[in-house]
Amino acid sequence: MSNKIHSSEITPESVYLNRRQIIKASGLIAGSALAPSTANAGFFGLFEDEPDVPEQAVYQPKPLNISKKVPNNLNEALTPESKVTTHNNFYEFGTNKGDPAHYAKAFNPEPWTIQVDGEVAKPQTFDMESLLKQHAIEERIYRLRCVEAWSMVIPWLGFSLADLLKRVEPTSKAKYVAFQTLYDPERMPGQASRGFGGGIPFPYVEGLTIAEAMHPLTLLSVGLYGKTLPAQNGAPIRLVVPWKYGFKSIKSIVKITLTEKEPPTTWQVLAPNEYGFYANVNPYVDHPRWSQASERRISDAFRAERIDTLMFNGYGDEVAHLYKGMDLRKFY
Amino acid sequence: MIIKTWLVKHISQFKLLLHLAAAAPLCWLAWQTYTEQLGGDPVQYLTHFTGKGGLNLLLITLCVSPLAKAMKWGFLLQTRRLLGLWCLAYALIHVGIFWWLDLIGRVDLLLSEVIKRPYISLGALALMILIALGITSFNHLRRRMGRHWQRLHNWVYLVAILVPVHYYWSVRSGLTEPSIYILLALLLLLLRYRKLLHWPLTKGIG
Repeated sequence: MSNKIHSSEITPESVYLNRRQIIKASGLIAGSALAPSTANAGFFGLFEDEPDVPEQAVYQPKPLNISKKVPNNLNEALTPESKVTTHNNFYEFGTNKGDPAHYAKAFNPEPWTIQVDGEVAKPQTFDMESLLKQHAIEERIYRLRCVEAWSMVIPWLGFSLADLLKRVEPTSKAKYVAFQTLYDPERMPGQASRGFGGGIPFPYVEGLTIAEAMHPLTLLSVGLYGKTLPAQNGAPIRLVVPWKYGFKSIKSIVKITLTEKEPPTTWQVLAPNEYGFYANVNPYVDHPRWSQASERRISDAFRAERIDTLMFNGYGDEVAHLYKGMDLRKFY
Repeated sequence: MIIKTWLVKHISQFKLLLHLAAAAPLCWLAWQTYTEQLGGDPVQYLTHFTGKGGLNLLLITLCVSPLAKAMKWGFLLQTRRLLGLWCLAYALIHVGIFWWLDLIGRVDLLLSEVIKRPYISLGALALMILIALGITSFNHLRRRMGRHWQRLHNWVYLVAILVPVHYYWSVRSGLTEPSIYILLALLLLLLRYRKLLHWPLTKGIG
């Protein structure tokens, strides 16, 4: 038998591409039909182009050297890693909770740089590789409370944001810190399609007051569960502010700017009556459309437990002084 | 014509087919849940899937009579009850999942959500109407109720507005899809504008 392939046997590219479209539309490939992300696609999702994703994630989290483990005095069970990495709000990779774990498979966060500028004496651009060498990586176990009333307990790895900010020497004019997520529609399919990305404005932006940013609890996270961050959790570097609703903890940061004025933040711009700049966890101030008094703690159980939400997510002793005299109903 | 003749002749098989088609997504959902394919926290997905399924069935049910009229296929009206009951079944499962999994079966939380959240109040109202329509869907009740029956069942038009608005109001972002549902519902009501002008006093086939 000859090894030669006749040109007639080669499927023309246009036909091949067409077949892929048909197969995709009908969900005939067992693998893709079974994936939750495909199942999550709504009826009208059929009219949109599915982003292509590889079978295996192109970026695999790597073990990190941990120099210090802050003891876990929460006395609450950790949310299993499998749940932490498959239940995500990261609209850059789709609006359904299972979408980021699926659509971020094609995302490679290496190489990466993070620019720090604005009201600082020494503006600098850091590359991830050297940041990981220059800063001692701590493990910190924090509660994460989503504004949608579910929560997790996560062993984050990272260092205090304050340690990075001190290196650029904020000036006396620096009253706020603004953060920005990567904007790259080719790598982040949610930014390329309104339907897929939930129609929120991109790039995603967030902000803190300088006092909040310099607070020792405020973490720049580079990993979880002993390894670097998986793409869907905000690789390679994200913010974690444990006493605020999860949307404040911006992912995949490329830029940090110290400012004199309060910077705009994505959800506040989108729905100012529902999401404020501060967004402190507060069981006494409900979201206009749902209660914040209790939360569902995601765990191993199929049916998550419902627990009472704590003021400042239980970090009141450490952070309540930051808001002394403030009307938290007004500054929600 | 061939299709019509076949359908008229095999109406019970056609109905069976509709039952299977309505049940299939639920079986698929149960399988996905059982094999843990729905991600870290399936509650939201289960709630949305069954809610949207019920909404789809509601709109399909409302397509039956305009379709029967346009095609002069009166026999189609025989499928309306089963579709409507499947819509009710999805709605009940939707609320059951929300109550049992999201609010972990707490009655106090369910009541406070219904009272405090406008979009849940709308959903609860729609469900109550659907339950009333479901209970009165038996033939002997229909006969006994006489003209009151049609009056009661016209309330489905209110449900057709309440449910898409309930959906629109519940989402955090991504308003395109709920907006399309509202438009579809309005379109289906527009087809009945003559009847609706006299609502809620009208009689006759809806």
